[in-house]
Amino acid sequence: MPYILNTPDDEKAMLAAIGVSSIEDLFAKVPPEVRLNRLLNIPGPMAEMELQAHVLRLLAKNQSAANTICFLGGGAYDHFIPSVVDVIAGRSEYYTAYTPYQAEASQGTLQAIFEYQSLMCVLTGMDVANASLYDGGSATAEAMLMALGITKRSEVVVAESVHPEYRQVLATYAANLNCQLRTVPTPEGFLNPNDIRACLSEATACIIVQSPNFFGHLEDMEAVAAAAHSVGGLFVASFDPISLGILQRPGDYRADIAVAEGQGLGVPLQFGGPYLGILTCRDDPRFLRKIPGRLVGETVDRHGQRCWVLTLQPREQHIARANATSNICTNQGLLALRAAVYLTALGPQGLKETAELCTRKAHYAAEQLTRIPGVSLRFRTPFFKEFTLRVPGDPINLLAKLRSAGFLAGLPLGRWYPHLADCISIAVTEQRTQAEIDGLAAALRDCL
Amino acid sequence: MNNTQSTEVLFEFSKPGRRCHRVPACDVPSPQPLSELIPANFLAKSSPALPEVGEIDLIRHFTNLSTRNMSIDTNFYPLGSCTMKYNPKRHERLASLPGFAALHPLQDDSTLQGILEILYEMQQFLAEISGLPAVSLQPAAGAQGELTALYVAAAYFRDKGETHRRKVLVPDSAHGTNPASAALAGFDTVTIKSGLDGLVDLHDLKTKLSDDTAVFMITNPNTLGLFETQIKTITDWLHAKGALVYLDGANMNAILGITRPGDFGADMQHYNVHKTFTGPHGGGGPGSGPIAVRDFLAPYLPAPIVVKEGDQYRLNYDMPKSIGRVRSFFGNVGILFRGYCYIRTLGAEGLKRVAQHAVLNANYLRTRVAQIFDIPHPGPCMHEFVASARSLLRERKISAKDICKRLLDYSFHAPTVYFPLVVPEALMMEPTETESKETLDAFANTLARIQDEDPEIVRTAPHTHIVSRPDEVKAAKDQKLRWKPPTATSSLSHER
Repeated sequence: MPYILNTPDDEKAMLAAIGVSSIEDLFAKVPPEVRLNRLLNIPGPMAEMELQAHVLRLLAKNQSAANTICFLGGGAYDHFIPSVVDVIAGRSEYYTAYTPYQAEASQGTLQAIFEYQSLMCVLTGMDVANASLYDGGSATAEAMLMALGITKRSEVVVAESVHPEYRQVLATYAANLNCQLRTVPTPEGFLNPNDIRACLSEATACIIVQSPNFFGHLEDMEAVAAAAHSVGGLFVASFDPISLGILQRPGDYRADIAVAEGQGLGVPLQFGGPYLGILTCRDDPRFLRKIPGRLVGETVDRHGQRCWVLTLQPREQHIARANATSNICTNQGLLALRAAVYLTALGPQGLKETAELCTRKAHYAAEQLTRIPGVSLRFRTPFFKEFTLRVPGDPINLLAKLRSAGFLAGLPLGRWYPHLADCISIAVTEQRTQAEIDGLAAALRDCL
Repeated sequence: MNNTQSTEVLFEFSKPGRRCHRVPACDVPSPQPLSELIPANFLAKSSPALPEVGEIDLIRHFTNLSTRNMSIDTNFYPLGSCTMKYNPKRHERLASLPGFAALHPLQDDSTLQGILEILYEMQQFLAEISGLPAVSLQPAAGAQGELTALYVAAAYFRDKGETHRRKVLVPDSAHGTNPASAALAGFDTVTIKSGLDGLVDLHDLKTKLSDDTAVFMITNPNTLGLFETQIKTITDWLHAKGALVYLDGANMNAILGITRPGDFGADMQHYNVHKTFTGPHGGGGPGSGPIAVRDFLAPYLPAPIVVKEGDQYRLNYDMPKSIGRVRSFFGNVGILFRGYCYIRTLGAEGLKRVAQHAVLNANYLRTRVAQIFDIPHPGPCMHEFVASARSLLRERKISAKDICKRLLDYSFHAPTVYFPLVVPEALMMEPTETESKETLDAFANTLARIQDEDPEIVRTAPHTHIVSRPDEVKAAKDQKLRWKPPTATSSLSHER
């Protein structure tokens, strides 16, 4: 029996010490009428060799970014992960520990999270970062809850160009609270500054805009900030952390709360999770009272030595219970560590170069692909590493043909945007080579 | 050995010009300045001031910091309610394989047949273990599972026109996430008292149960490590009122293959895959908090669900009554994948033995600890128990916290402390099935030794760790939540 150490002799000695004659006696309080009087219907067991063969057989049925050429984006990206990230996150002193409530036994995790918080502040130009949330979608919802709590207003406005799954999360959270969620259409692929004012009012708690948005294009975040602030509402910005190597930071364009999916920062794609929810905000006592999740703070110990602890815990569920700012307990600590190691490995120059490579390669790809007759950029606004193409014919069929040619070529947008049923979005990370991009263009030409 | 090399805050040993990772030169023709691709008003004026360190500095920094952690791989970690069992290394190897790690979440189903088969089977396993047939793997952690289930309950009652059901009942011994999730789902919470026996006070429940009750959230075994012997009566009462029963599945390790929540009347439950099925806890996460519900609640689950048609697997988004999403993408699949590997490794008999030995180990430790501390509630316990240090506090001025800190000196992680709230000076201990009798004996012997130590030594512990008794009040007052260069300290706005 793997992982259980008790020998028959141990078992006998332990039962004798307890004063019962069998393990069954220890379950005496489980009433007979609720007992399961059969084995669970679960196959196995498997030795490690069998398990590995079984899993390898199943994984061989998948295609992935490892054995195809991946141009998929939509909130998860095939960025390179330096080996130092895997090596550090693979240290079991980190990954087999739990929440650092015992500060003396957890200084490694605590300092790493403090560094993560510091790195997020530097990255975004914001003042405060929490210790992580689940993912980009739930982080956006937590930002909405924060804004509702801070402003004590009831209306939330979100641009249609925000990731559709994030908007679904917002809708789920909002459906059970006293608030109205309004979605502003973005037919031009971004929120037109001329349309913003009309969507906002004295009841607006916040407006949520993502840039680069779901289509990969950039939003006029300064205009959004000005509009939100002019009605006394908050501006919740959703950003791509890799883009901040070159693009304006949320702090630059006066976001009040900035959130992101942090997967690009050294987290494997692994079919959608675990990822990293980034949440940052302004340094304002009203914000700190409402910020969700854990925070690590610096202090000194009884010898006066600098150290780190979990702090401002009265906001949290284990103390505030029904009055907590959020119900989150377990977060994404190991992914925050990955992000901290990733950003340290890249440094300012590496992040800038990575973001610039993404931009140049994406623009090269757009140029090559739009040379193909019938293929055009759907939107005219600037983009970062992802863009939206109008293609002739049925995109679903086209993408299936491109899969056969070895490409995960893009996302069909009709699933989320019926008016974009003739469009696909294509993401180009720093990992894609000229040969791969030219290959995609050639394959697309062949498939049309 | 305490190696302090490169353990300053990253920014403090940063030196301009140093770097670790290098990216290749641009291989596409792109001679123009960046501002011709993206207009200058969108571009930052400078790069973020990230630290600049070399690779060896980075590795020494995070490696030396890691040695300042206690972890399952280095120490016995009897943290009650957290099920800190051994994390098998085979899972780490398998989860790192590119056939899994490089799967994009928005790939076409036809390219995902292997992972979808794994996730489909995981849905089946979790349904079978709970006795509740419909499963959503989407929630990212236990607390999100609770919230998701409450959303499902709210949608169900809305659908039935029973929107007057505003109340969620929560025992006073429950995890804080229960009332927090209920509030976030828009319900009013009502606290149900525990009796002297540590179980739900049936009289109090009966008084507070009414026609506006939506859900009773019960943890069973409860946070005192006790099985709610009246569980069938409780669930029958709730159902007679038309309300639903939610099981907080944090303590599933005690009952795997022994009894099933669906069989004792729960309508919904969450799992903590990182606890019961040993996804590593990651220093605070990630977790994974799938939920299982009865058939009549299945239409309300978050989409998508994996379905099997013939020998093909598919993500089904066509769920018109679904509550929607609680997060983006499919779920914390990396943790679910490890849980799947664990369940396949153990099989049905193995899972039952997990529960049996978790309960055996807990009762053995309980027997040893009972010779040292009060244990307010009668045994046998399930997978954990709660001792009270109140007599030691009274007689020798040693608190539960002091005991925890002193345990660290003896290389044991502390139990969960001051929880549940119904026991004064609570020490909640969960040894799990993966510990040996020798370890449990050594731990109990250490507790006995601490009890007799000079109280001053215990009150000032730990003495062997890099830090001792951080000033938490100062941390809350100063609010230093990020590193800032020393020269800027005096102008920090939060230090006004």
